[in-house]
Amino acid sequence: MHAVFGLKDFVFLLSGLKWTILLSAIAFTGGGIVGLLVAVARTAQNAWLRRAMIFYIGVFQGTPLLMQLFVVYYGLGLIGIQVPAWAAVTMAFTLNASAFLGDIWRGAIQALPRGQTEAATALGLPMISRMRDVILPQALRIAQPATVGYAVQLIKGTSLAAIVGFIEVARAGQIISNQIFAPILVFTVVGAIYFALCWPLSLYSARLEAKYAASR
Amino acid sequence: MGYELDFSVVWEHLPALLWGCLGTLGLALAGMTLAMGIGIAGVFARGSNLAWVRRLVIAFIEIIRNTPFLVQIFFLYFALPSLGLKLSPTITAIIALGLNGGAYSIEIIRGGVQSIHKGQVEAGLALGLHKGQVFRLIVLKPALRAIYPSLTGQFIMLTLTSSICTSVAAYELTSVAQRIESDTFRSFEVYFTVTLMYLAISWMLMTAFAAISRQYFNYPTR
Repeated sequence: MHAVFGLKDFVFLLSGLKWTILLSAIAFTGGGIVGLLVAVARTAQNAWLRRAMIFYIGVFQGTPLLMQLFVVYYGLGLIGIQVPAWAAVTMAFTLNASAFLGDIWRGAIQALPRGQTEAATALGLPMISRMRDVILPQALRIAQPATVGYAVQLIKGTSLAAIVGFIEVARAGQIISNQIFAPILVFTVVGAIYFALCWPLSLYSARLEAKYAASR
Repeated sequence: MGYELDFSVVWEHLPALLWGCLGTLGLALAGMTLAMGIGIAGVFARGSNLAWVRRLVIAFIEIIRNTPFLVQIFFLYFALPSLGLKLSPTITAIIALGLNGGAYSIEIIRGGVQSIHKGQVEAGLALGLHKGQVFRLIVLKPALRAIYPSLTGQFIMLTLTSSICTSVAAYELTSVAQRIESDTFRSFEVYFTVTLMYLAISWMLMTAFAAISRQYFNYPTR
């Protein structure tokens, strides 16, 4: 009964940490790519496209991440796509990230002076080039602090994968805690691991924000 | 092999789910109230003359903002009893939501207080308003107006976060859904419906917050 928190347990936590980092990285990359499309569509000329994106973003921002996880997790199997749990979880986080990043970048695109688009159009640049060479490089720069801030939200959010049984660092903590009956100690260590991951990013985001505030 | 969607399960359990919605709203409102209290107290403590008090508040904010809510609620769930506090899961969940929302609120409210220029207070006094009027009309109202969008946004986040309280079996919508799901195995039907219910709850809150804003903050600023 008197098991102690040993090296073996710590190594198990670290193996969970590996999945937390991997899940966050994949969701951030995938969500970034889809999110870019969402942001462009959200600011497009076509009203239907814009409305569809308002709806898409609204659904993801208006429902709990945990429910999104459940719906994708059970919904994929339902439409006949048999995927392992980790793939379903990754997909849910990717979709969520695409909505949030899409909305952050939408804000940045709209914050640019209209003259930027007008000048690019006057120069005869086609839509793709206008976005790729003129608008997005500036918008993504403005959005840097919020983008890094969202990465923190995403890393914390991946802990919810524990509830569907995916063994990342929070789930690994639960398992160890059940084995050695030291929940307070174990969850302190788990919290410290997340803190070590998130705090540097938060500080970086705050520094970027201060830098842009000063340059304005 | 085809899977037939069967929403009759949801229909059968609709009363339980609607009670769950009320549970979520109650949990969220209690959490918001506690968060506001912690937020306001935190702003005072954050501006304390004592350096250690200021540092404590900053440490609290940073720890809450950089760790997942799931870990926070687990920690509280086990840590409170060891302090001799035997509380129900729902009360534990309210405390967890309040602490989490409070940490975010401190920074938001502090921003609002700092947005009021000292000269405005002096101008108000010079115009012959007494101190109570100056505080209410010149400090409090514009400060609230300035932070209203971020504060209410934070409250909606808190409401959605409350779904995680199912992990300590607090009484709210997600835990009701999980119980129905484990009885009926109609996972998709139940969770899809509950997702729509959450969407309705957050749209309702957004509409209510916007109506309050139109009622109280509808005056020109320049």
